[in-house]
Amino acid sequence: MINKFLKGLTTAVALGAFAFAAVPAQADVLDDIKERGVLRVGVKADYKPYGFRDTSGAIIGIEPDLAQDVADKLGVAVEFIPVVSSNRMQFLEQGKVDLMIATMTDKPDRRKVVSIVDPNYYSSGTNILAAKSFGFTAWEDLRGKPVCGIQGAFYNKKTGRDFGANIVAFKGTAEAYAALQAGNCVGFVYDDSSIIASLAQPQWSDYEMPLPTIDDAPWGLAVKLGEEGFNTLMSEMIVEWHKSGRILELETKWGVENTPFATAMNAKYQ
Amino acid sequence: MEAIYEWFRLLYDNTGINLPFIYDSYDRGRMISGFFMTVKLSVLCLVLSVIIGMAGAWLQNSPLKWTRRIVNGYIQLFRNTPPLVQLYFFYFAIGTMLPKVTNDWGGQEPILGGFAWAVISLSFFAGAYNVEIFRSGLEAVPDSTVEAAEALGFSRFHIYKDITLPLAIRVALPALNNNLVNLVKTTTLAYAIAVPEMLYEANQIWSDNVNVTEMMVFMLLVYFVLVGVLVWGMNRWERALKIPGFGA
Repeated sequence: MINKFLKGLTTAVALGAFAFAAVPAQADVLDDIKERGVLRVGVKADYKPYGFRDTSGAIIGIEPDLAQDVADKLGVAVEFIPVVSSNRMQFLEQGKVDLMIATMTDKPDRRKVVSIVDPNYYSSGTNILAAKSFGFTAWEDLRGKPVCGIQGAFYNKKTGRDFGANIVAFKGTAEAYAALQAGNCVGFVYDDSSIIASLAQPQWSDYEMPLPTIDDAPWGLAVKLGEEGFNTLMSEMIVEWHKSGRILELETKWGVENTPFATAMNAKYQ
Repeated sequence: MEAIYEWFRLLYDNTGINLPFIYDSYDRGRMISGFFMTVKLSVLCLVLSVIIGMAGAWLQNSPLKWTRRIVNGYIQLFRNTPPLVQLYFFYFAIGTMLPKVTNDWGGQEPILGGFAWAVISLSFFAGAYNVEIFRSGLEAVPDSTVEAAEALGFSRFHIYKDITLPLAIRVALPALNNNLVNLVKTTTLAYAIAVPEMLYEANQIWSDNVNVTEMMVFMLLVYFVLVGVLVWGMNRWERALKIPGFGA
């Protein structure tokens, strides 16, 4: 009995070692995707208009459209996996998604964890959504007041530490918007691009985006660390998107005014 | 102190083990306040849930039919729904229906914030279990003891307070211990309604620093120690209350 167990254990260890040795030799996710016939893309599902759910529950938006372009190029089907800010890099690391296009700001420490593709495909800054009645004009006006946010967003630290706001962070945007409307916080610190889209909706007519936008920073889409082939392919795709005006076209399609970043990148690659 | 902080910064540079809640003063402040928030939340909920348990067990034996029914309804409602759903329900559903108060900056805010709702919700959640735990203890007290007390002219409340409850606590302590340990662990759910307890702060720190592994290990150890302290205290209490010859 014990012998049998030991024998099994030895085989398992040997197999494990073999698997370990074998992985780096064929670690090209592109082959896996083509073999599987499905490209799994991590996108936001609560970030209108970049990635959100329509009335049927399907994920749509600018980033899902970009992901569809990638799938079309590879000649495979696309599967959208909803991610949030606090788990998106882990999903990529663990191989739950092949590609992540999830409104992620490009930061040096993130480049150590995932492979962010150059050039950047988009850009946005930070602002707040607040009731007009408060009449905020400067970030310092938030000192000592509760400000809603999203758990895991990088600007929470800055808003809290540099401007003295008490960050009240929730898991998703739906909870943050609900808390803002209920009066649990005076404003909602978030990406300006998304706030602009919210302000277009009638239920936010008494609200404004009153502060100067800070931290205008580029967004990076990412593949798993070490996937050089996929990274190169995505890099070419991004250049193509900028060159052909695809990003500008998608902004118009989803009701966002053309951003200075997208316009500049379009001009640069002409 | 500065030398210790510097050592952890060097540890990050040299080994990649990133513990910013030690060397970064802002993150350290967040972690410490998160720790004390967890302790505060746990202690308040522990005390309130035990009070709810004792009161509930008393009311459960009330001669009034409707009192018994209400207590049993409360137990069913709070024991049969997930605590996370309860937190969301209180914070987002009940919270917005209550009257609002004007705050210092001229806004209208709900009368109860995230922390208050977390205390209320978690106390009632654990309290529902505690009622049943105390009931199990009460039922272990021999009828003859109660009858003897009645024969001596004790009132129903007096019997409960001085005779049945003290005996019941001794029987119920191991089960109560279990439930209170669970309660401390359940306080982590309060992060869903933005109560800045330890897991909430850790989540923000690992998002800012991309050091998920280190934070997960740290969280596990801190909760292990925190709950260990509670268990140690409860075990001491159990020993102190021990009556030779009773229940053994």
